Amino acid sequence: MPRLSCWFVRMALIDLLVGFTLGALLLANKGLGRWPLLWRWLPAHIEFLVLGWTGQLILGVAFWILPRFGGSRGREGPAWLAFGLFNLGVLMAGLGPALGAPPWVMTGGRLAEVAGIAAFVWHAWPRIKPIAA
Amino acid sequence: MPTLTRVFVKTSLLYLLAGLLTGVILALRGWVRLPPLLTALAPVYFHLLMLGWIAQLIFGVVYWMFPKYSKEAPRGRAWLAWGVYGLLNIGLLLRAIAEPVQAVYGGGWGGALVISAVLQWLAGVGFVVNTWSRVKER
Repeated sequence: MPRLSCWFVRMALIDLLVGFTLGALLLANKGLGRWPLLWRWLPAHIEFLVLGWTGQLILGVAFWILPRFGGSRGREGPAWLAFGLFNLGVLMAGLGPALGAPPWVMTGGRLAEVAGIAAFVWHAWPRIKPIAA
Repeated sequence: MPTLTRVFVKTSLLYLLAGLLTGVILALRGWVRLPPLLTALAPVYFHLLMLGWIAQLIFGVVYWMFPKYSKEAPRGRAWLAWGVYGLLNIGLLLRAIAEPVQAVYGGGWGGALVISAVLQWLAGVGFVVNTWSRVKER
């Protein structure tokens, strides 16, 4: 597994832990009904699990297994940029609302996620072609 | 494909069917008067799909395809991986029953939700523990 895939997958596993922990707290609170303010963390639970865990794992595995040509994965710079931007975006969009941050934090996080995915597409696009091409 | 992966993948496909069927039931709300227990299924619907299907499919494929832990134990601790399977599914099934019942009737089902939360959380932790050391450069 290449180094960048290790980073993507490890961050995905960390996001899985964070998302599962928030989900467990929310579900337990649904049973106990003691801490209504905990519901502020519902968007973070969704963000960390849908994008931080599932989405990021897909990016990491795609970087690993998409076809290589001449042994090279092509331009790796945009993929590293994607890693940074995507994780910044998940943190901002996930934690911002729960921590009562101003709205630009959430918007900035979403923009960082889009920019991260655009950078990944820039990297991956040339690798998606027939073997003979 | 190892036995545990087959079990994970087949179980995930059953959850996909169950999740989509739940979606059909929820879609009936617009034109049929449903019992409250069925209208309270929305959170269960999401979790059958996201956890029962997608996460479980990923858990099974990761167990199969990720780099080997060692020659002696290529997939890490098998007992832990089976434990993850058991915890995840018992927790999720308990939730699928207890969450709508708690929403409609309240009362003593809150404890079942707490137990379900702990079981699912332990499954997540067990998966991360067993997978972490298999994420390595070659």
